Amino acid sequence: MVEGARARVVAGGTDLFPQLGDRLPDGDLVDLGRIRDLNEMGQCPDGWLIGAGTTWSEILRAEMPSGFDGLKAAAREVGSVQIQNRATLVGNICNASPAADGIPPLLTLNAKVILVGPRGTRRMDLPDFLRGPRQTGMRQGEIVAGVLVPRGVCERSAAFRKLGARRYLVISIAMVAAVLRCDAAGRIANARVAVGAASPVARRLPALEAALEGADAAALADPGFVRPEHLAPLAPVSDVRGSAEYRCDAIAELCRRTVLDALSRSPR
Amino acid sequence: MDRRTESELVTFLLNGAEAAVDPVAGERLSQSLRERLGARDVKVGCNAGDCGACTVLIDGAPACACLVPTQQVRGATVETAAGLTATDPDGVRLAQAFLALGASQCGFCTPGMVVSAVALLRGTTAPGPEAVRDALGGVLCRCTGYSKIVEAVVAAGQGRETALPPGGRVGDPIARVDGGAKISGGEVFGDDVAPPEALVLKVIRSPYSRARFRFGDLDAYRARHGLALVLTAAEVPGANRMGMIPGYIDQPVFAEGEVWFRGEAVAAVVAEPERAAALDLAEFPVEWEVLPAALTPEAARAPGAPVLHVPGNVMCRGRVCRGDAEAGLAGAVHCVSGRFRTAFVEHAYLEPEAGYVVPAPEGDGVAIHACTQAPAMNREALASVLGLAPEAVVIRPTAVGGGFGSKLDLSTQPFLAIAALRLGRPVRMAYARSESMQSTTKRHPSDIALEIGADAEGRITGLRFDGVFNTGAYASWGPTVASRVPIHASGPYRMGGYLAETAGVYTNCPPAGAFRGFGVPQATIALELLLDELADALGQDPLAFRIANALRDGEPTVCGQVFESGVGIGACFEALRPGWAAAWAETEAFNALARAEGSALRRGAGVGAGWYGCGNTGLPNPATIRAGITRDGRVVLHQGAVDIGQGSNTVIAQIFAEALGVPVAAVERVGADTDVTPDAGKTSASRQTFITGNAAMRAGAALRAEILRRVNVEDARAEIVPGAGGLEVRRGGETHAVPLAGLEEDALGYVISAEESYDPPTSALDADGQGEPYAQYGYAAQMAVVEVDTRLGTVRPVTITAAHDVGRAINPVLAEGQIQGGVAQGLGMALMEEYLPGRTENLHDYLIPTIGDVPEIETILVEVPDPHGPHGAKGLGEHALIPTAPAILNAIRRATGAVLRQVPVTPDRLRAAILAAGEGA
Repeated sequence: MVEGARARVVAGGTDLFPQLGDRLPDGDLVDLGRIRDLNEMGQCPDGWLIGAGTTWSEILRAEMPSGFDGLKAAAREVGSVQIQNRATLVGNICNASPAADGIPPLLTLNAKVILVGPRGTRRMDLPDFLRGPRQTGMRQGEIVAGVLVPRGVCERSAAFRKLGARRYLVISIAMVAAVLRCDAAGRIANARVAVGAASPVARRLPALEAALEGADAAALADPGFVRPEHLAPLAPVSDVRGSAEYRCDAIAELCRRTVLDALSRSPR
Repeated sequence: MDRRTESELVTFLLNGAEAAVDPVAGERLSQSLRERLGARDVKVGCNAGDCGACTVLIDGAPACACLVPTQQVRGATVETAAGLTATDPDGVRLAQAFLALGASQCGFCTPGMVVSAVALLRGTTAPGPEAVRDALGGVLCRCTGYSKIVEAVVAAGQGRETALPPGGRVGDPIARVDGGAKISGGEVFGDDVAPPEALVLKVIRSPYSRARFRFGDLDAYRARHGLALVLTAAEVPGANRMGMIPGYIDQPVFAEGEVWFRGEAVAAVVAEPERAAALDLAEFPVEWEVLPAALTPEAARAPGAPVLHVPGNVMCRGRVCRGDAEAGLAGAVHCVSGRFRTAFVEHAYLEPEAGYVVPAPEGDGVAIHACTQAPAMNREALASVLGLAPEAVVIRPTAVGGGFGSKLDLSTQPFLAIAALRLGRPVRMAYARSESMQSTTKRHPSDIALEIGADAEGRITGLRFDGVFNTGAYASWGPTVASRVPIHASGPYRMGGYLAETAGVYTNCPPAGAFRGFGVPQATIALELLLDELADALGQDPLAFRIANALRDGEPTVCGQVFESGVGIGACFEALRPGWAAAWAETEAFNALARAEGSALRRGAGVGAGWYGCGNTGLPNPATIRAGITRDGRVVLHQGAVDIGQGSNTVIAQIFAEALGVPVAAVERVGADTDVTPDAGKTSASRQTFITGNAAMRAGAALRAEILRRVNVEDARAEIVPGAGGLEVRRGGETHAVPLAGLEEDALGYVISAEESYDPPTSALDADGQGEPYAQYGYAAQMAVVEVDTRLGTVRPVTITAAHDVGRAINPVLAEGQIQGGVAQGLGMALMEEYLPGRTENLHDYLIPTIGDVPEIETILVEVPDPHGPHGAKGLGEHALIPTAPAILNAIRRATGAVLRQVPVTPDRLRAAILAAGEGA
């Protein structure tokens, strides 16, 4: 379908045009919006499918199970209403910015990426798909048809927090997504926590997730609950939005608050 | 190349009518709407989705037209501001509310605001302020401070009509006389003049802070790309030098051999629009040899630093000395000191610089249609660059989508004028947002050492101020900053011994120039923070301490100037007093509860103050106003005080109409066209209401006297009534028709006319800065309440109370708008704004406050009349932002104990300061 090295795929256009500056794209554009099959979103036998044409606004409006609360919170924080109305979740992961709002929630949801190309359809785990800043596992001629969230995590409780230096239209200093399964006593049985804008690609925090098992809201009231070693996979940089040192400090607090948010939403 | 969509016509419904365009592949909807369909109501501010000015509705949903490929609206319904404000019931109500409540200033963002608000009102009944903020969060405004926008949308959402405020006399809050077009998008800004087929100019700029450069084969490049023209320094017909201040005309239009800042122009190309759009400027044949650059004053003054203009790189110095500062400090009981740093701040008006230049038919002149704050100065400067007589250069200013100081300087005009003259054809350009940010002037970064001493009772005994200002690669308005700061660094306070010295230092940074306050906001941060620390050392309440030291009538300023009346700072502080006590009690209660609950949130209240001298510093600064009566009895005002959103079109008309004795609605306005309108002076230094206002008052009075003379009436109460086909004077029950028919028309078509000037009484300063630099000052005091998340270092301003002595509010709604907009800019300077060349050259890395960042602003208009101001009025523009940043920083310190010495107070800086203060657990 997509021939020639210079063809570019456009869905919402919200990443493509800013990257062009004031120039016109040189080469063909393939408009995914005109491929109707890619616009689907909803339950499928394997879980939830979010098609490549799905915009952030559509995610916000959709009836989705509790596990998507973090993703919805992220949708609300993407750019502005104008951006949310055009930009797609799949475009967000294909653009592969370290500060992509959609990626931490999808990591906590164990999302799979569905790729379609001349040689057929294949699935990749999201962490395998994200190779680095602006680098993905997409092959020449492939497009991402959608994202699949497996059935198991859909009903858990979830939360998302974004830290930025202003209220709207802001790129993250850092962001945290959490998905929890809790026991009847309100203790965390299983936690997934992912952090964005603090490493070349957003990362889960296995050490923190392990430490969270068995913890409850009382334990998390301790501001020192999240320790530096819990943040091991992260490698924040110092940039215009904040120093590396500050990011580590703030992320520990953001993780604690985000997990508490998710806990407070957990059914008893 | 196979461009599949190329010849496919895209049809859609535009504002209810069928539209069809044939876009090139990947053409932006904004481009198709503006250039192919004439929908110039869609304004483009950033081309990146960062500002929202170009918001349109696509099938009812707001979208940035700059991010939508035109092909994607095939079969869709597209609605823009022009259509919505004309026929949509919500749009019509919104337009009324925006106009009546003063929600539009420069008007560049207004179409995007109105379109976003229509989408909200269609889906939500009577939305509250939070819902309005969520819906409008994607549109940036730099003028209004957002308060009146929220108010207007809430009002329109309640489904009622908003009546225009009645009246038109001085003191009436009438709607902006030019407001309608700003709200519908019909206003014509710099990029809205040129026809779509006009040639387009693009500038090649340095990617390096300092480099030598050599061009390759420019003729071959021009031929290969089918360009109309390539311009370099060699093609500048006159002097390749621009600047604003005699003696400091030091910036080339195009660099010659070596560039001194990132973004400096080296060449330009001119091409047909579609060729220009496809051009990749990275392929322009220029080779760079990168050289070591001095990016800070320290580096520029170090041995071996590159020399910019003068050895040592000190552009100029400023000094004010009164009494003995050292003795005052030595004898002080309490002394505080600190070193303060501020960053480059970008003006970030929503309208990027843009213009359109048409060569005169005979080829010996040009007409410049561009956004500007200084038509007459531009004319002089361009005449020099073009090697033409000033009369051969006509400036026809377009509407200005925000200026704040930076549009005093030339930007697009010299490139366009040179090209238009060489080609004999009209040429247009609009700066890309990154180009605007890289190449136009900024607020000077400052490095200030300050020491203040007080006696045991809290009287200030001595103050020593030493400020170094980074003026960038070229002077621009740097000398003004260096001279203004020492005069204002005392604040509006009674001083003991005083010594303030400044140096402006050249560096390899973008030129720093004029930005709302000319260095005074930077100096005021240092002063007002230390005053709080001094009050603490004295065990005094910060507001009471300031009131005790506030300058009063009859007391000399640090320049030795004595104002017998009109010193309004005490009245501003007094206006804050009731709110101040309440805010302290509330923040203490809030913090007690937060501590008990283990919350990381803390609140604090802080105060800041400022003053600002209106007009040029100790230099002549006249304004001239012309007005005339046509043979058919129309009243025409030549209003040369450029309205950059602040409202001079309305305020000057109100003053003129009052003096003439006619309703303001009867006054027709001609803008600052240098061919027909005399020079009212630049829109800068908070001078238009004061100085041009006085000229307008005199012109109105002169015209009135002349009209009354012709009917032999001498009565102050006589009414002048312009009507269809004539002019009448009514007195008591009598009506006199003014005989106009037999009179001869002058060159402008007037049968009666008047022209009057006003120049404020000032005197030059001596070597110690003693003299009378300004005929009037305006005064301001503000209080901020903030909430700090101490674990994340984030700040949420909760309320700002702004008490401003405006002398007399000619138009209270416009005055409030100025204050609220200034507060928003001060807030940005305090918390988020830092321009870093090469790193924050767009509106998503360079952050200005959004509608969700500016709190409720309570404005208090204090009116202490000025003996020189028209009706007692004082300037207001710069004053609005000066106290805000220090008030916020003082509030943060009250909340957290953090000692702050640098703005912006970003979350990382604040968190570090909180930890250093030992309060961050």
